[in-house]
Amino acid sequence: MASYAERLEPVWREGSGLASWVGTVDHKRIGLRYLYTGFAFFVIAGLEAMLMRVQLARPELAVLSPQAYNELFSMHGVTMMFLFATPVLSGFGNYFVPLMIGARDMAFPRLNAFGYWVFLGAGFFLNSAFIIRQAPDDGWFNYLPLANANFTPSLAIDFYALGLIFIGVSTTSGAINFIVTILKLRAPGMTLNRIPIFVWGELAFALTVVFALPALTIASVFLELERRFGFHFYDAAGGGDPVLWQHLFWFFGHPEVYLVVLPALGLASAIIPTFSRRTMIGYTYIVLAELFIFVISFGVWVHHMFAVGLPTIAMGFISAASFMVVIPSGTQIFAWLATMVSGRLVLSTPMLFVLGFILLFVIGGLSGAMFSAVPFDQATTDSYFVVAHLHYVLVGGAVFPMFAGLYHWGPKILGRKLDERLGKISFWLMFVGFNLTFFPMHIAGLLGQPRRTYTYHEGLGWDLPNLLSTMGVFVMGAGILVTFWNWLRSEHQGELAGDDPWGGETLEWTTGSPPPEYNFETIPTVRSREPAWDQPELHGGAQPPEQGGRPLTAGHTTLSTSVTDAEPQAIVRMPHASPWPMFLTLALMLTFYGMLLSSWGVAVAGAAASVGALMGWLWPRGETQET
Amino acid sequence: MLSPEGESARRIDGLWWLMFWISVVVFAAVAGLMAVAIVRRRRRGPEVDASEPRWGDPFVVIAGVIVPAVILTSVLVVSARDMVAITNAGDAQLTIEVIGHMWWWEVRYPGGVETANEIHVPVGETVRFEVSSVDVIHSFWVPELAPKVDMIPGRTNVLDVRAERPGTSRGQCAEFCGLQHANMALFVVAEARAEFDPWLRNEALPAPVPGPGATAGLGILLDSSCVGCHTIRGTEASGTLGPDLTHVAARQTLAAGTIANTHENLAAWISHPQSIKPGAVMPPTDLSPQELSAVVEYLEGLT
Amino acid sequence: MTVAAHELEPTERLDEVLPSNANGSASFAWWGMVWLIATEAALFGTIIVSYWYLRFRSAPAWPPDGIAKPELVLPLIMSAILWSSSIPVHVADRAGREGDERTLRIGLLIGWVLGAAFLALLLTVEYPEVLREFTPRTNAYGSLFFTLTGLHGLHVAAGLSFSAWVQVRAWRGAFDAQRHVSVQNFAMYWHFVDVVWLFVLLTIYLSPHL
Repeated sequence: MASYAERLEPVWREGSGLASWVGTVDHKRIGLRYLYTGFAFFVIAGLEAMLMRVQLARPELAVLSPQAYNELFSMHGVTMMFLFATPVLSGFGNYFVPLMIGARDMAFPRLNAFGYWVFLGAGFFLNSAFIIRQAPDDGWFNYLPLANANFTPSLAIDFYALGLIFIGVSTTSGAINFIVTILKLRAPGMTLNRIPIFVWGELAFALTVVFALPALTIASVFLELERRFGFHFYDAAGGGDPVLWQHLFWFFGHPEVYLVVLPALGLASAIIPTFSRRTMIGYTYIVLAELFIFVISFGVWVHHMFAVGLPTIAMGFISAASFMVVIPSGTQIFAWLATMVSGRLVLSTPMLFVLGFILLFVIGGLSGAMFSAVPFDQATTDSYFVVAHLHYVLVGGAVFPMFAGLYHWGPKILGRKLDERLGKISFWLMFVGFNLTFFPMHIAGLLGQPRRTYTYHEGLGWDLPNLLSTMGVFVMGAGILVTFWNWLRSEHQGELAGDDPWGGETLEWTTGSPPPEYNFETIPTVRSREPAWDQPELHGGAQPPEQGGRPLTAGHTTLSTSVTDAEPQAIVRMPHASPWPMFLTLALMLTFYGMLLSSWGVAVAGAAASVGALMGWLWPRGETQET
Repeated sequence: MLSPEGESARRIDGLWWLMFWISVVVFAAVAGLMAVAIVRRRRRGPEVDASEPRWGDPFVVIAGVIVPAVILTSVLVVSARDMVAITNAGDAQLTIEVIGHMWWWEVRYPGGVETANEIHVPVGETVRFEVSSVDVIHSFWVPELAPKVDMIPGRTNVLDVRAERPGTSRGQCAEFCGLQHANMALFVVAEARAEFDPWLRNEALPAPVPGPGATAGLGILLDSSCVGCHTIRGTEASGTLGPDLTHVAARQTLAAGTIANTHENLAAWISHPQSIKPGAVMPPTDLSPQELSAVVEYLEGLT
Repeated sequence: MTVAAHELEPTERLDEVLPSNANGSASFAWWGMVWLIATEAALFGTIIVSYWYLRFRSAPAWPPDGIAKPELVLPLIMSAILWSSSIPVHVADRAGREGDERTLRIGLLIGWVLGAAFLALLLTVEYPEVLREFTPRTNAYGSLFFTLTGLHGLHVAAGLSFSAWVQVRAWRGAFDAQRHVSVQNFAMYWHFVDVVWLFVLLTIYLSPHL
């Protein structure tokens, strides 16, 4: 009788040719693609920022023209928010959610592949604007009337609107995939109170996308209809209102930033117990805090509009809600600190990045709390003070956890350890460089420097903060490069990691590094919140059937379990590799380029091809339940 | 901020320092706990500790929910009080309209006075600004005096400002408005009524009659493309696309605070505005150097 | 196309067997449809909120600019047709769960015809009549009218395509009492489209009369 591994391997193996590369549906390969592509966009957006900082190093420099600067700051924001932050956190989620919940893949493997291809296609679509020097130039929140056809007749805003609709397809399909995976594919025994906090964070992210992203999609659709066909949504003369754009955008935009931060906080929660050598104190509070943030984040969008001239009473309510949403973030921080204090900290690189994250996120959260005070917001919004705040929460609160994640899970992904010394060098360069770049911006803002300005005059007291910021960005950049170098070098030269180099508590540490295609030889039955610590039989990834393991070696299958109690309900057949997600993406790209260039023949052809590709995808082949 | 000259700015300054010191204490607490965790890390203990210390949940609830709630509620109360006070700053004795353009500020006083980019206000009195825009969204922000308010086409927003001391405060547009958003500044000059009233009376007068040396300049100007955009009250120049120039020589700066109002700068601005403010709506002039010199001499008489 | 005979498979954990077909809330696809409907609902909700926002901000007369209040007769007839289509679809859904292939096929077909009638009336009667008075380019009222009803119409069209695909498979015998989640998903989607129409009717057609 062949071992489980020997029986599973031929069923799950995807091969290594072009067909496999195009058609892979393995969540680990797709997750890794999200990571690599997302970090590539991170580098692009970082270079955009470096150019901007060079232009602002001294007053009245002419390194960049105003138009070039405006394109750079706009694309920096768009790229960081849509092509880096969400994709990278989706990448970690894609790779590790199925592993952490004891599943063999995501719920919809082909949809997963599709989400990646659309991300790549939409990222290309947006950045192709640079080729014709018509990149979006009205900022990442693209206010009207400046963004209408009258004031910006070029294709810049059409790239923006169509590009965001396009990437929204990827984000939405990814979100639905995460929700169904987390609800339905958890290993038997993984009840709600045993779900790892990182998984809760990805669930909160996905739920936010489902309910908040449509506002941005509709806002963009309205914008294109107005720009292209003369509809009226945002022009006062036609009965519209430019402030409608602001409401729609920020109704999405505020949940969006929590959507970025929640999985990152979850990532920190994945690392802290391991590197404190103890279980998390306040698990229930942390989970409730994440869900509380998710709910309240939908009620505060107006705090981005306190200078618009809205009624005082309305602003008062939003102010109260904005102060309130600070509390659950604070709850998580003190739960983590309690865990760290009563544990025994291990100061390896992942933990250093987490410590740095906590300090920076607290600073960002404190400056953010200040913005809940309406008069203070009205004084400092649209100045460099808010630029400082947003970077402290986004870089401190999301990028630092991502780097922690690279060091924490790198050995699992690569099968080899990353170099600790390089890791520490990278951390310190990034931490010092980040503070040098962004702390002075608080001061520049308080001294009256507005944001989104391609230059400034001397003698206003802004010279020194700007120079320090420019210097800092190179230090931070160097630190980032050190980690990338570390990763690339460790791929082939790192010390072999083994299954569990850190002594982790969650299921991914019970199987190989990297995990086999089928993830676990047997789908485990989980009896604890820290299964890798409490159930020694799990190590090796093959919990014996007598203790609850389910081999499921007969086919390309995984288990469907109930939503709350994770009771097994059915055996579900999963699809094999398929080229149709990529074909559909190419058809959609044709459609979007056709719409961009007003080539309606091309757009219709693309739409027809998309329908065809969708039919090819869904055509019953006996692979899944759909015969 | 950090050097308030106006009543609202002073309130906000107080609010800022309150929140700043609270933040310092909170950050110190977090950093302190982190330091404790780092220092304690080498003590002996089980390989993996699964105990649930009795202080765990109470600590999280007290430090993570109750204390923040108390602090934040207190700040909310202070901020709400400040918000109401700033909004109801008292009856305004003077209302000034400011209308945003790409990339300059149209300023209108009661009684038909129109100027641009420089606003004078009487010290110690509440002035009500009514702001709007003719094109895209701008934002009226003079940090030393008051918070900002957006200037939105199709609506009028209101900001009450009370300067507490004489002086000049710099402001800058604070809502991205296109190519030259960075060069859309303004100056607010707060002065006692003894200086303000004569200033306003002078602004209400039509342009001074040019002296013998400047008459030629006026003639050239009236024949040039300048009159398509600019008004000089008391002459035939009545264009409305650009700033009113009736008393341009009395202003401290040109091009919305971009350059000082000097002879060289004025000549440079007229002859090649695009090199000073690339993308500005004002086109380069086709005047010859002698014509330019004459026009500048005329304009310098418009005090 | 035949259906696999066995419904229970061993998990290889001792003697345990589990169903190898998942329907309803045991099925991933079913949950996928639920969340797709959730995000589509948010999409329509956004347009409806935008309608109310722009209406609230405009002058008291609504419709503005002298446009007459919307005619109700045709929309009410269309509503009756669309909502009644949910009945055969529901019957088909139940039949699918019970393995009654004949009722399933007929129910889906009737539902399709009624849905197509709704769409035909929208495109060939309602829209041309409305366009005589205003277009999407006239003002925000017109833009909102056509965007909201148009997006709903697109969803009806998508539903008709979905239905056609399910019907082709039903006629080829793909469904039985153990395998029918696609029918359930289609029915859920179709009922959703009907519910959205209720909100479109209330907002666009009825609210100006109140």
